Amino acid sequence: MFMTTFIDGLSLGSIYALIALGYTMVYGIAKMLNFAHGDIIMVGAYAILTTLNLGGHPVLAAIAAIIICTAMGVITEKVAYKPLRGASPLAVLITAIGVSYLLQSVAQLIFGSKSQTVTIGNYGTVNLGSAQVSVATLLTLLIGAIIMISLQLFVKKTRLGRAMLAVSEDRGAAQLMGVNVNMIITTTFAIGSALAAFASLFYLMQIPSVSPTLGAMPGIKAFTAAVIGGIGSIPGAMLGGMLLGVVEKISLSIPVLAPYTTAVEFALLIVILLVRPIGLLGKKRREKV
Amino acid sequence: MAMLEVKDLQVYYGVIQAIKGISFEVNQGEIVTLIGANGAGKTTTMQSIMGLVPIKSGTVTYEGQVINKVPCHKIVKLGMTQVPEGRRIFQELTVYQNLLMGAFTEKDKKKIKNDIEEIYTRFPRLGERKNQIAGTLSGGEQQMLAMGRAMMSHPKLLMLDEPSMGLSPLLVDQVFDIIKDFHKSGTTILLVEQNAGKSLAISDRAYVLENGKIAFSGTGAELMESEDIKKAYLGG
Repeated sequence: MFMTTFIDGLSLGSIYALIALGYTMVYGIAKMLNFAHGDIIMVGAYAILTTLNLGGHPVLAAIAAIIICTAMGVITEKVAYKPLRGASPLAVLITAIGVSYLLQSVAQLIFGSKSQTVTIGNYGTVNLGSAQVSVATLLTLLIGAIIMISLQLFVKKTRLGRAMLAVSEDRGAAQLMGVNVNMIITTTFAIGSALAAFASLFYLMQIPSVSPTLGAMPGIKAFTAAVIGGIGSIPGAMLGGMLLGVVEKISLSIPVLAPYTTAVEFALLIVILLVRPIGLLGKKRREKV
Repeated sequence: MAMLEVKDLQVYYGVIQAIKGISFEVNQGEIVTLIGANGAGKTTTMQSIMGLVPIKSGTVTYEGQVINKVPCHKIVKLGMTQVPEGRRIFQELTVYQNLLMGAFTEKDKKKIKNDIEEIYTRFPRLGERKNQIAGTLSGGEQQMLAMGRAMMSHPKLLMLDEPSMGLSPLLVDQVFDIIKDFHKSGTTILLVEQNAGKSLAISDRAYVLENGKIAFSGTGAELMESEDIKKAYLGG
């Protein structure tokens, strides 16, 4: 019983982690909180819904979501955030909130405000020792792990990934190495949005309902996960996501706590920030002399 | 024609004018120093040349091309780079990864590999610590890494901003030896220093910056002899 809850938690956690990675990478590299990131999940969900309604295979739907989310992430960055490079953080933050409402309103115009059901394939359950786990959960966990390992390898082992770490640590010094910071920021938005597309696929496999505000809750939870893990830290986002997913599922499985699950999650955030204000794996930025 | 020519440069931070119309030049093969007190505008001058701080008016010309509006990463490709003030190595990357970042504009993997080997030969400490996180290096090692990293892009013109800052006298001597080495191997040097004595001694020419303006200029030897400079920068 507990094993089932735990594996469910890890699976939900990998959805949060995939979204949290987008928040944390954009924060680390562009030094901004992209509050429209949650809505990219919603965009991905409608892309999946539309492809399936047109008779497309679920794999095709996933590919469509990745392409559309990536494009949407890059376009919002170019149109809304790039002109504000060097502007006050508050202006950028408010713009991001504006982009969030804009995406939700446009989705409402196109698809209506009623939520629609979407079924991605049909999944049974399997027994893993004492635990009974749905195939969708296992797929989420497995693919999520592959994506996160690949992302770590990309960041650590490739020239572009290294440049991302360098920009995240010291933008000016990275420019002095010949790194085109605008290109790196665009790449970061593209990667973050592609990860959000995967998240929307896995999210729909667990909660098969699409509405214009679908991205809000997983968005805010994933942001919480990113802060718990230490915003700006890639392993931190993964850890924070997993932790939050497991806590959510465990809390839901305890009858007394179940109605207060969201409160439990945010209480976790508060406790962690009280003990460790920079988050679990956050690094203290060295002050410039 | 000068390799780098700065003409009537003016730079503002908001409404405050940091650089009030300075002109100087660096010729190929020279070591040129800008000396001046804290806040005189040395670092701002360097950063505006590299395109990291916007230029209000005036021109910066590098090898005959006006580079006022050229973004920093493209200036690096033209063959000019900078060891910034405070070293600013990538603390969370390893020594090796820092050197790879220095070669960011180089595509030839074999050349990068050879260049890194050369850096390890020149700075054995870096070779011993190649897989160590750079933030754990000592101040002196970090300065060596910052200089090694800058050399990875084979700049024609290398700017160094306060390379001796915060180092022990022994390490300061080492840093100046390295600068002389770079110069011997054909790199033109523009140096910014508070350590006026040591920098004037290796400079062909120098400019003294005061409150965003050039107060004096001359050969290194001339400035070392000047009573005003002695009083203000060389401790009497």
